[in-house]
Amino acid sequence: MKLDSMYQDVILDHYKNPHGRGLRNGDAEVHHTNPTCGDEITLRVRLDGDTIKDVSYEGQGCSISQASASVLNELLVGKELAEARKIQETFLELMQSRGKTEPDDAMEEVLEDAIAFAGVSKYPARVKCALLSWMAWKDATAQALGETAGGKTA
Amino acid sequence: MTQLPGLLDTEAIRKDFPILDRVVHDGQRLVYLDNAATSQKPRQVLDVLNDYYERSNANVHRGVHVLAEEATALYEGARDKVAAFINAPSRDEVIFTKNASESLNLVANMLGWADEPYRVDQDTEIVITEMEHHSNIVPWQLLSQRTGAKLKWFGLTEDGRLDLSEIEQIITEKTKVVSFVLVSNILGTVNPVEAIVRRAQDVGALVVIDASQAAPHMALDVQALQADFVAFTGHKMCGPTGIGVLWGRHELLEDLPPFLGGGEMIETVSMHSSTYAPAPHKFEAGTPPIAQAVGLGAAVDYLTSIGMDNIARHEHALTQYAVGRLLEVPDLRIIGPTTAEERGATISFTLGDIHPHDVGQVLDEQGIAVRVGHHCARPVCLRYGIPATTRASFYLYSTPAEVDALVEGLEHVRNFFG
Repeated sequence: MKLDSMYQDVILDHYKNPHGRGLRNGDAEVHHTNPTCGDEITLRVRLDGDTIKDVSYEGQGCSISQASASVLNELLVGKELAEARKIQETFLELMQSRGKTEPDDAMEEVLEDAIAFAGVSKYPARVKCALLSWMAWKDATAQALGETAGGKTA
Repeated sequence: MTQLPGLLDTEAIRKDFPILDRVVHDGQRLVYLDNAATSQKPRQVLDVLNDYYERSNANVHRGVHVLAEEATALYEGARDKVAAFINAPSRDEVIFTKNASESLNLVANMLGWADEPYRVDQDTEIVITEMEHHSNIVPWQLLSQRTGAKLKWFGLTEDGRLDLSEIEQIITEKTKVVSFVLVSNILGTVNPVEAIVRRAQDVGALVVIDASQAAPHMALDVQALQADFVAFTGHKMCGPTGIGVLWGRHELLEDLPPFLGGGEMIETVSMHSSTYAPAPHKFEAGTPPIAQAVGLGAAVDYLTSIGMDNIARHEHALTQYAVGRLLEVPDLRIIGPTTAEERGATISFTLGDIHPHDVGQVLDEQGIAVRVGHHCARPVCLRYGIPATTRASFYLYSTPAEVDALVEGLEHVRNFFG
């Protein structure tokens, strides 16, 4: 069935057993919503110099949005910021590909479990669900680094 | 096949709607249960739209050529049809807008700029309800913010009805306008118009009714409702998108100021000032949605030929069947009344902790179109402590077999995420 391309086992596993869920101390906190469907996430980033010490989150939403936050936590915690940004940009590229990008080995190496979201990119209505936590992370990181007017909120 | 008393001859009716024959996702027959979002259009409406553009297209109320006269006659003819459809005392009380949102915004802005006795200001109050569509919340929030008027609302009971127990504290001598939905687009609830109108009239408040989910499904009689304004949209009642209606009482339309200025709504214009055309033109600035109005006229003809009471009976039978069948689905919770009494054919529900987005996606794979999300009525979701719902909504062409397909589809959803 075509649906299996969206709901990969990896995604369903992350949905049912999310990694790093719950809010912990952070240098910045953001709240992002997907107004068309009501998905919400509150996300905190904690940095130690250039290293991501923690990404904690609490939210509600569909399996895609929640699994995506779990994958993000698994992938980014412990990474250097530069590498994390590369992962974020690669994920964004994949999600905006409208299902036309066939992930190659290089992409798979960068994205690890997140490669499972390739099938979601064929469903325009769901791309935002997958990107919600990643956009929140980008925003929170910018705030933690004092790059935006938002400043530190937590 | 399931036979229920009161059903329409859907086999015949469905032949009028070409889209219902569509096959989606490699061989799944379309089961369209998203009628509260928009209805499908019968051939009778599509043909009229096509004929209008192929034969009579021109701008209205200007020009003396034959096409201009035909277009004007068709556009104004549509106004006659809509007036008859809602039992308006006068055709001049029917204002064409682009949708119900515009109709409601128009009323809010008429009142915001009005002189006494209609003026909404910091000493007055506006009353709405917690089950409104955002289009009947936000215009009043804007009016409240701009004028300082206090915005109040009726809350909801556990079973999805308006809580009118404090009606005398909510609608008071200070209330200038009460605006509420006749049939909820998320809960399906049909609201008790008479009780609210009576209290509003006692305190001299204007009554605005959002009939977007009522006009397509039941006989609408603006005189029986005793409201001052009634808003609805064309695309939910077999008409095209881009056309809405605001009905208003004649004396109010005479007294209240225009909102949008432009061509069509004037009498004379000089560089210093202008005078305005009488209603309804006073409120229809610019080239109106002509083809769309003509299409709405055709939709009204179509619905009338079936009979609004027959449509209401059909949907009631179907709702009763659907509520019963849905409640058989394990972990399914209906958000809204759990009987077919005083409710329309729109049923919102949650399914265990499976997110509606996921429910809708798996149903879509089986060709079943439902709406998922907060349905532009987020306060209702907040009230019931849920992020969103899945909503199935029926219309005159919906069948018991489609209810069965939905129930089977939901079983599949449960297995998929089980």
